[in-house]
Amino acid sequence: MTTPAPYRVVTRTVEAPDVATLVLEPAGDPLPPFSPGQFAMLYAFGVGDIPVSVCAVDGHRLTHTIRAVGAVSSALHGSRTGGTVGVRGPFGTGWGLDHAAGRDLLVIAGGIGLAPLRPVVLAALAAPERHGRLNVLVGARVPGDLLYASETDAWRERGARVLVTVDRPDARWNGDVGVVTTLLGRAAFTPSDTTAFVCGPEVMIRATARDLVDRGLDADRVRVSLERTMHCGVGHCGHCQLGPLLLCRDGPVVTWAEARSLLRVREL
Amino acid sequence: MTDRDTTTAVIGKDGVDALISVLAGRGRTVVGPTVRDGAIVLAELTRGDELPYGWGVELEAGHYRLRAREDGAAFANSAGPNSWKTFLHPQRERQWTAERRTGSGDDTDTDSREAWVVVPDETPSRSYAFLGVRPCDLRAIAIQDRVLTGGPYADRAYRGRRERAFLVVVECTEPGATCFCVSMGAGPGVDGGSDASYDLALTEVVDAAGHRFHVRAGSAEGAAVLAELPHRPADDTTAAAARERVAAAAGRMGRTMPEVDLRALMRDSLGAERWNDVAARCLTCGNCTMVCPTCFCTSAEDVTDLTGDHTERWRRWESCFDLEFTHLPGGTVRSSSSSRYRQWCTHKLGTWHDQFGSSGCVGCGRCVVWCPVGIDITEEAHALADERAAGEGGTS
Ligand SMILES: Cc1cc2nc3c(=O)[nH]c(=O)nc-3n(C[C@H](O)[C@H](O)[C@H](O)COP(=O)(O)OP(=O)(O)OC[C@H]3O[C@@H](n4cnc5c(N)ncnc54)[C@H](O)[C@@H]3O)c2cc1C
Ligand code: SF4
Ligand code: SF4
Repeated sequence: MTTPAPYRVVTRTVEAPDVATLVLEPAGDPLPPFSPGQFAMLYAFGVGDIPVSVCAVDGHRLTHTIRAVGAVSSALHGSRTGGTVGVRGPFGTGWGLDHAAGRDLLVIAGGIGLAPLRPVVLAALAAPERHGRLNVLVGARVPGDLLYASETDAWRERGARVLVTVDRPDARWNGDVGVVTTLLGRAAFTPSDTTAFVCGPEVMIRATARDLVDRGLDADRVRVSLERTMHCGVGHCGHCQLGPLLLCRDGPVVTWAEARSLLRVREL
Repeated sequence: MTDRDTTTAVIGKDGVDALISVLAGRGRTVVGPTVRDGAIVLAELTRGDELPYGWGVELEAGHYRLRAREDGAAFANSAGPNSWKTFLHPQRERQWTAERRTGSGDDTDTDSREAWVVVPDETPSRSYAFLGVRPCDLRAIAIQDRVLTGGPYADRAYRGRRERAFLVVVECTEPGATCFCVSMGAGPGVDGGSDASYDLALTEVVDAAGHRFHVRAGSAEGAAVLAELPHRPADDTTAAAARERVAAAAGRMGRTMPEVDLRALMRDSLGAERWNDVAARCLTCGNCTMVCPTCFCTSAEDVTDLTGDHTERWRRWESCFDLEFTHLPGGTVRSSSSSRYRQWCTHKLGTWHDQFGSSGCVGCGRCVVWCPVGIDITEEAHALADERAAGEGGTS
């Protein structure tokens, strides 16, 4: 197995109380380029490594948004500028934006799930002529959890339809309340000619994908990014199995046509 | 003894003794079966008399016992508790170390830069010779080869050991009561479709004409080693006796798998009642995964010294029966025992095909023998097949 390449933390931006975005620069030789949807194994030295999707690629720089939920993610989340993080990758399948050429795009995110989808939004905005209408539907538990708040207005200005909803509004919130699927009715897309990219908690992925198929999207055109435990990233540790799939290799992005019957089985 | 291109020959016990010393002389650590603590285990050998001459085994689900044999055969016993993966894919292995380098020594450097230097573990691979690899285990090695070196990211340490290993196969003439290699197409002979190459293949024959081994070389190094052993040309009688014994072994399998497409059976049985029945018996101890020659799963572990400046990444065997195996921040994916047994069984017999292009079971029977409560994968597969057939009968 390859060893982690040391990368230096060049900036750290706080996105939400427990979420930070790190921009990393190679301290030595850079890794091969990452595609949107692929992930890195980020190593907090001495603590451990975890899978984290890329949320922007800019030359050799890597950007990752990390939510602190346990030992490793907390250590990475707490990295300081100038510190070093180990990186292995790129691993896994990408979102496959190329397959969506000419079609309307639905980017649907729940919580931290917007992080892996951000490069899809940025790529679609950068080449608007390659796609139909771009919709970005975002759900978060509370307004304070909304990621990239400073960017979403710019996305709107550049032509994306960005709709946001929260589960629990606070006093200052005057936007939508409810689960992300409630936004679908206001998205601009022709179901027979649309590709959807979905990432978030598994319950949200299931509900969203089912809704999309009910609305007439082909299950092959609904792409979802799934999460399972990963210890190696290279298909050797066995933890990330989902039936026939090794999600670090055959995923994390799979079509709903592939995932549907697997996620239907409890505890698979 | 001067024929350089020997490909078949007959050797005696002295030839086996010489085989061990010749392989050791070529710088190899020779590993083979030997009796230890009431079982035939795989361990380093220095002399031929350490082989289990005169020992057989009595096997049943959840049961293993040594039994003395009249004929003095060394290899008339089937799989013991450990397998070659102990040597090729060891239980614990260091993957890298990392050292923290703080301060640049430059007083003008004011930022809090810290650097880590990562050093891959490059402990030189040991050069093994495995003596007594059963055809089922030869298949198991080929299966682990595909898992650990067949994809885009090869496990270099594994590959290093694997490429250096000299494999002496011994065909099976005495299958155990828990063996079903015939059902899995993995034995008892070495030409039964096995797909890892070997250096030498031995077949043990004990009869009125004496105790001897029919030998075939499967590689140039195998032929060269064979040429160095005291040997005589293969005679038709010994060759025929060897063939006969292997053919007879095929007819004496203690277990069979149901004659259905196991991969399809597993795929269609995810909702079977039978998993709950197994779960009521299974202790989720993970013994079956530890003894299985193809189970490869591992977990990562980081070990840091007191200063925090030196850290090591280790990898250790892990079992899919462990509750932590599917730990996610939101909870464990497979928390019920039925889901964990189902994962193990459907992976072995079903989804392994999807992931690595073959079955993950070779029919060695180890999991049956070493299960403390005697859960038998063949019995479970039969029960699943019956449940499936009954279900189809009911709906048609
Ligand atoms: C493809 C992919 C992309 C992802 N992208 C992102 C992203 O962009 N941003 C983000 O924030 N998150 C992302 N995640 C989720 C992130 O990987 C998890 O939040 C992270 O693994 C949590 O690790 P932790 O150590 O902080 O938390 P923990 O829950 O403490 O531990 C997680 C891991 O440590 C091990 N572990 C924990 N406790 C134990 C124990 N008691 N015994 C044994 N092992 C234990 C488990 O193997 C577990 O998987 C992604 C996940 C995947 C699979
Ligand atoms: S599943 Fe059981 S019989 Fe099959 S290879 Fe593994 S230990 Fe042997
Ligand atoms: S099947 Fe047997 S050996 Fe395997 S986990 Fe269950 S009790 Fe343990």
